[in-house]
Amino acid sequence: MRIAHNAIFLCGMVLSLGMTMATAQNAGTSSGYPTPKGDFTPAEQRGHGLYLRYCFECHGVAGDGEGDTAPFIDPKPRNFTLAVFKCRSTPTGTLPLDKDLEDTIERGIVHSNMPSWRPLRQEDRADLVAYIKTFSARWKTEKPGEPIKIPAEPAVTADRIKDGQAVFKRVECWKCHGVEGRANGPSADTLTDDQGRPIKPFNFHDSDRFKCGSTDQDMYRDFMTGLDGTPMPSFADNIKPDEAWDLVFYLRTLQPPASVNKKEKEIAKQLGLKPINPNAPAQSDSNQQQNNQPQSK
Amino acid sequence: MQTKLQRSAVASCLLTVVAVLGCLLATSTRSEAIPAFARKYGLPCSACHEAWPKLNSFGQNFKDNGYQLMNERDSPIWLNPSYWPAAMRITPHWHYESAGRQPVDAVPGDPTSGSIEKTINTSGFDLTGIDILTAGTLAKNISFLLVPSIDPGDGTVGFESANVRLDNIKGSTWFNVKFGKAELDLPLSEKRMMTFSNVGGAYQLYHFMPVGEPFDESFFSFGENQVGVELMGHSLDDHTRYAFSFMSSTNGELGLSQGRTYDYYLHLSQGFMAGKLGLQRIGIFGLSGFRPTFFQTNGGDPLPGTGQGNRSFYRAGVYGSLYIGKFDLTAVYQRSQDNVFIANGVGANLGGGALPVGAQGPEWNTGTFEAHYTYSPRLFFIGRYELVRMARQVLATDPSDLGDTDVFTIGYRYYPFMHSRAGFAWHQEFATLRSRKTSPVNGLDQRTSSYFMGFDFAF
Repeated sequence: MRIAHNAIFLCGMVLSLGMTMATAQNAGTSSGYPTPKGDFTPAEQRGHGLYLRYCFECHGVAGDGEGDTAPFIDPKPRNFTLAVFKCRSTPTGTLPLDKDLEDTIERGIVHSNMPSWRPLRQEDRADLVAYIKTFSARWKTEKPGEPIKIPAEPAVTADRIKDGQAVFKRVECWKCHGVEGRANGPSADTLTDDQGRPIKPFNFHDSDRFKCGSTDQDMYRDFMTGLDGTPMPSFADNIKPDEAWDLVFYLRTLQPPASVNKKEKEIAKQLGLKPINPNAPAQSDSNQQQNNQPQSK
Repeated sequence: MQTKLQRSAVASCLLTVVAVLGCLLATSTRSEAIPAFARKYGLPCSACHEAWPKLNSFGQNFKDNGYQLMNERDSPIWLNPSYWPAAMRITPHWHYESAGRQPVDAVPGDPTSGSIEKTINTSGFDLTGIDILTAGTLAKNISFLLVPSIDPGDGTVGFESANVRLDNIKGSTWFNVKFGKAELDLPLSEKRMMTFSNVGGAYQLYHFMPVGEPFDESFFSFGENQVGVELMGHSLDDHTRYAFSFMSSTNGELGLSQGRTYDYYLHLSQGFMAGKLGLQRIGIFGLSGFRPTFFQTNGGDPLPGTGQGNRSFYRAGVYGSLYIGKFDLTAVYQRSQDNVFIANGVGANLGGGALPVGAQGPEWNTGTFEAHYTYSPRLFFIGRYELVRMARQVLATDPSDLGDTDVFTIGYRYYPFMHSRAGFAWHQEFATLRSRKTSPVNGLDQRTSSYFMGFDFAF
């Protein structure tokens, strides 16, 4: 009798398993997931599965940034159908390299809901990028831009920090980021992204990391490439490489103390560095530093 | 005759253990799949779970970071004030239980009619315990987990977990301190177990006790949450992990009902990428503890907290987790030993002369092989085989294979939908256990089987 019972239950499990598998096999239609396209490459096919595991809730099944969670997220998830990306090594207006997208997935984006997916395998991140690229025809008609060149980082000096502050004033970073880099400039409340949604400038006092990385090189790259889709433009045509490094060093002084900006913070303290005065002539700003120690670049 | 009586007694002990395990399973052994996190971060269950409640590498990293994604949005000040970090989980189910070779009176109601053995079958609809899962961050790098658990039978509330954790001390992932009642950092988490039935819903690895040991809930069960402090650390990618726990010798019971000793647990593991196969992991773990063998008494009644004559026990093992694409297999080997006074329920103050003839400290080996196949985030298969082999019995006069146990469990879970608000799974499972020579009347093998079908949901 006991054996009969066990047999019945095992048979029942097998039968219902069959039904379940059939349902799961057909999940493409029953769940609203798009059925994978027949012309997917193996990487895209694998990326499709990973996307449905990790990404669709925010970025949407169609990759349009309209996932179920999107209404509750600020900033909004990326719309992959536009193929416009903030974090790139390529000039503004161009497509990023695959590695740029893989790096973003690995790093995550601070002050957003996009976490770091470092625990995924590198192959998984590459497959995800392959799948994300299927959402826009741009990837079929355009090539990624040529990565910008990042010159060797010079040594940080007091003069460079002061010059960086002058660049900060001259190219009007303060209008959005505020005179102290606290994201409270006069334009801050009016900013919108390319899709007309409100967007906030970066507050340098919040973190020692940036949206597109945490190193000096990452910040330099941001100036030169801009963050496409946001009001942050590329300054490649406005500032020279040397000036960009000066700006990097100055902005480091605004960030919370950390190992990466220890020297910049010390120099700023020695200089008695004060926030810029947007209304003052350029010369008076540099004159206000009372305790500067002249150093050559 | 004496041997038969002894056997009957020890088999009864074993059956009591199985019965109590069943009760534990029916109340609060499962807990940690927490939709509150999914809601907080807007991620689907599948982001952190291979299939909930089993964590994937991303979920493990999230847990090790103190329930933080480390994207500067972890502190509750970033959340909508109406967000309440709580979720609930319960599993209405139908189950069938078959217990073979149980002693029953030959004539029901007449204890003088003699004992015979009978297979007892029962089935019906039932509920698991209700877990209220509250967890998250109190501030950046200070996290908590509080899990009140309600017994569906009598409505009593117990605290499955209650701990606070200081994360990333000095900015280092290598230093995290958890304080309170929490699950040990085990090779196979019993709180995230994928099987629920009375037979298959607990690891022999953690719960097995040799035939003859006096069962006491305050004795040690690895899988139960313990009260103490844990120092834990991990590399950024979570490949290298360590955990050291220091806990009261109470098996997670509150109120200091035992003595004044502590247990120690250490777990080291290293993960490594094996090309396209994925993340593999190997590790070692070990626990050593003490339990009192007698208490001060008043009028013959033991006084709680006065345990003395502490004697030791240990559990130690190695394991490996192998991932091959969607297939994974974890194999654990564990060696266990209990002191002779603990095993025979004899106070150490009475000396060795009080021990039964042939008394000895039991030793046993446990092997666990648990395999999963993740067909998709929505369909998950489970298979497990556990074997326990006695190396040394409680009494030298017992057969060498008395109590040797084999447990085979198969099942699957189907998740009809996957999003960030709630979780729902259809669960089916069959498990069968054979224990050698434990039938009380004839000393034959006993077999216990369970079938479990239910709807597991959390919201």
